[in-house]
Amino acid sequence: MSALDLPLIFTGLMGFAILAYVVLDGYDLGVGILLPAATPCEQNIMVSSIGPFWDANETWLVLGIGLLLVAFPVAHGMVLTALYLPVLVMLIGLILRGVAFEFRVKAQGWHRELWNWLFGCGSIIAALAQGLMLGLYVVGFAHGVGDYLFAAVVALGVAGGYVMLGGAWLIARTEGTLQHSATRWTRWGQIGVALGLLLVIVGTALENSTIREKWLQLPMLLLLLPLALIAVWSWVWHATRRLEHRLAGSSCANLSKHEWMPFFGAVSIYVIAFLGLGYSLFPYIVVARLTIWQAAAHPSSLRFVLIGALIVLPMILAYSVFSYYVFRGKVRE
Amino acid sequence: MENTDALWLARAQFGLNIAFHILFVSISLALSWILVYLRIQYARTGKARWRSAFNLWTRVFALTFAVGVVSGIVMSFQFGTNWPGYMNTVGNIAGPLLAFEVLTAFFLEAAFLGVMLYGFNRVPGWVHVGATLLVAIGTTVSAFWILALNSWMQTPVGYTHDGHELISASWLQVIFNPSFPLRLVHMLIASGVTAAFVVAGLSALRLLRAPSDKAAYISWRTGAVMAAVLAPAQALVGDLHGLSTLEHQPAKVAAMEALWETRAQAPLVLFATVNQAEQRNEHVIALPGFSSLILRHRFDGEVKGLKEFAPDIPPVAPVFYAFRVMVGLGVLMIALALWGVLRTRHGRQPSRVMLRIFALFAFSGWAAVVAGWMVTEIGRQPWLVYGMLRTKDAVGPISPARLGASLTAYLIVYGILLLSYIVVITHLARSGLHASSELHKDKALSQASAS
Repeated sequence: MSALDLPLIFTGLMGFAILAYVVLDGYDLGVGILLPAATPCEQNIMVSSIGPFWDANETWLVLGIGLLLVAFPVAHGMVLTALYLPVLVMLIGLILRGVAFEFRVKAQGWHRELWNWLFGCGSIIAALAQGLMLGLYVVGFAHGVGDYLFAAVVALGVAGGYVMLGGAWLIARTEGTLQHSATRWTRWGQIGVALGLLLVIVGTALENSTIREKWLQLPMLLLLLPLALIAVWSWVWHATRRLEHRLAGSSCANLSKHEWMPFFGAVSIYVIAFLGLGYSLFPYIVVARLTIWQAAAHPSSLRFVLIGALIVLPMILAYSVFSYYVFRGKVRE
Repeated sequence: MENTDALWLARAQFGLNIAFHILFVSISLALSWILVYLRIQYARTGKARWRSAFNLWTRVFALTFAVGVVSGIVMSFQFGTNWPGYMNTVGNIAGPLLAFEVLTAFFLEAAFLGVMLYGFNRVPGWVHVGATLLVAIGTTVSAFWILALNSWMQTPVGYTHDGHELISASWLQVIFNPSFPLRLVHMLIASGVTAAFVVAGLSALRLLRAPSDKAAYISWRTGAVMAAVLAPAQALVGDLHGLSTLEHQPAKVAAMEALWETRAQAPLVLFATVNQAEQRNEHVIALPGFSSLILRHRFDGEVKGLKEFAPDIPPVAPVFYAFRVMVGLGVLMIALALWGVLRTRHGRQPSRVMLRIFALFAFSGWAAVVAGWMVTEIGRQPWLVYGMLRTKDAVGPISPARLGASLTAYLIVYGILLLSYIVVITHLARSGLHASSELHKDKALSQASAS
């Protein structure tokens, strides 16, 4: 057992939880951000489409933070105190969103309008704050003007990514005019993603020597990941455009097998970008200051949690799949 | 000076958050089991009243759960932002317990909550009953882990030092630490009583408006009977819990009793104003010897006074007053619940006066729960982990200005949320649900999905 590299395993687990979070809560935050762009009737359908899932989606954030706390307690304190303000803003965004979700169902008239508005606001606030957190994390919590600018760009990219995921989710789960609008929304999001990624890659290459050296160690990867990103990105762009035209051309033939494709494409963009990020930062848990082995908790604690996680995680995945299976198909009310 | 400000603000912020969180958790924990009962009754009898009662309280549950989840997420972050020293010192113990809560409880609740709320017409009846049950199991497992951790902070055992780190020597000892079993039972029953009074109180409001609403009547009855069983049981468990506290945390008990000097025939102070600076009580009304009788079960039993524990004396006034609020409310709640149930035996209807009193007491459990937690948490001070880590040594480097600003933000947001919550669930319960139209909609939906 002692032969196992526990910190590495926990980095993997934490990475998985965070990736699951940004993809899963990403689509429902995206739907929230898009809410103000829709008609009242569409808004109800949009919220219904994420109703059974948002709670479990947000739990991945708690797991990610929980694993950071369990496996790297020192880093947990360092990261969260350094990110105090964006974390506070994100939490308030998530609070507004989570409760607006339940309150809006029970409200009528202008009350419902107000909760809808808070739902949208909370979503965009949470998305931007998360992007800001990621940006500041990557620059190692430096405080220069350039660092904040960088973080702001990342924030925009992350919010754009959520819009892309949310739009693609709506393409898969809705029909009619809402689905038609969603094909456009997805591409708005893609523009944000493209700008964000481009600026981040160029900015990092120019300014961050640690990460640049990391990239130069493996030129193949440096070439492959961006190429893969560009390929998937353009493919999603074309797929949504094609769908938009078909939907506009009425008479619609059977589209169902294409409707999930943009979503899977959008998820792939996230996965590829995440892998690139993971490679760039490894082995640091706090950039340039603390590696995963330096920050790791005692092996006795890690072993205890690992055994539990290996038993429970498959069950979590199984009943998550069950939940998505129960609520499969188009949302109609 | 700055450090004391930061400590005070960090505590105020965390205290506000944890108190806000417990309001919703103390309802949802037991309400989930009430839902299981209502759902099974519907499955058994097929009567519309059970279905509409289930529907109504599911909506209340969804709202309660949502506020509980978001305030819980805030807490998972505040461990790091407010108390980095806590994780640095006991992270090897606290981390795994919190991780197990997420792994074994949060996902279970969240996933099956979706099925419970939106799946009535999408899954077979038994799956829906099962989902409702799993949500309840999830909330209870969650309470298990978090109370294991809290109890360990009160009575830390089962650990050892490995060089400079504190690690677990036996996880079984850590989890089943001395104060855990009674604290868990005390909290589960507290939640049961709180939820029972919410259900009975809000149903009473509905009955005042629509006396013939059958769903409201069965809800009221369910809540009242539950309260009548659990509230007296709580008195018993609370007494045992107090005795265990006397054994493990005598300073806390001395603060609860505002007893400064060690003495035999210790008086039971019914009321007093506490003067912490001069370490004495003023305006005392006391029953001589009764504190010894309660704690030692003999009039001449010796009880340790606060001065024995100097300089580690907790703030006495809040612990002393909060304890009296908890016990006082508990006694009133026992009386009300027993009166309500005994007067409505053999199908007799509750009088309007009784319904009004139940409505007045709808949220009384909240006050009792928060007071109880104040006793146990403030009573542990100045320790964060009893005898091991002082709260002041765990506070983070966040500036008082930031803490103050974020505390204000939380106060505003939580104030609005609490108000909205009370308004919305009161409105929901008062207007009730029209069983016939709901069932009609169900039938239409199931036909649509079948075709």
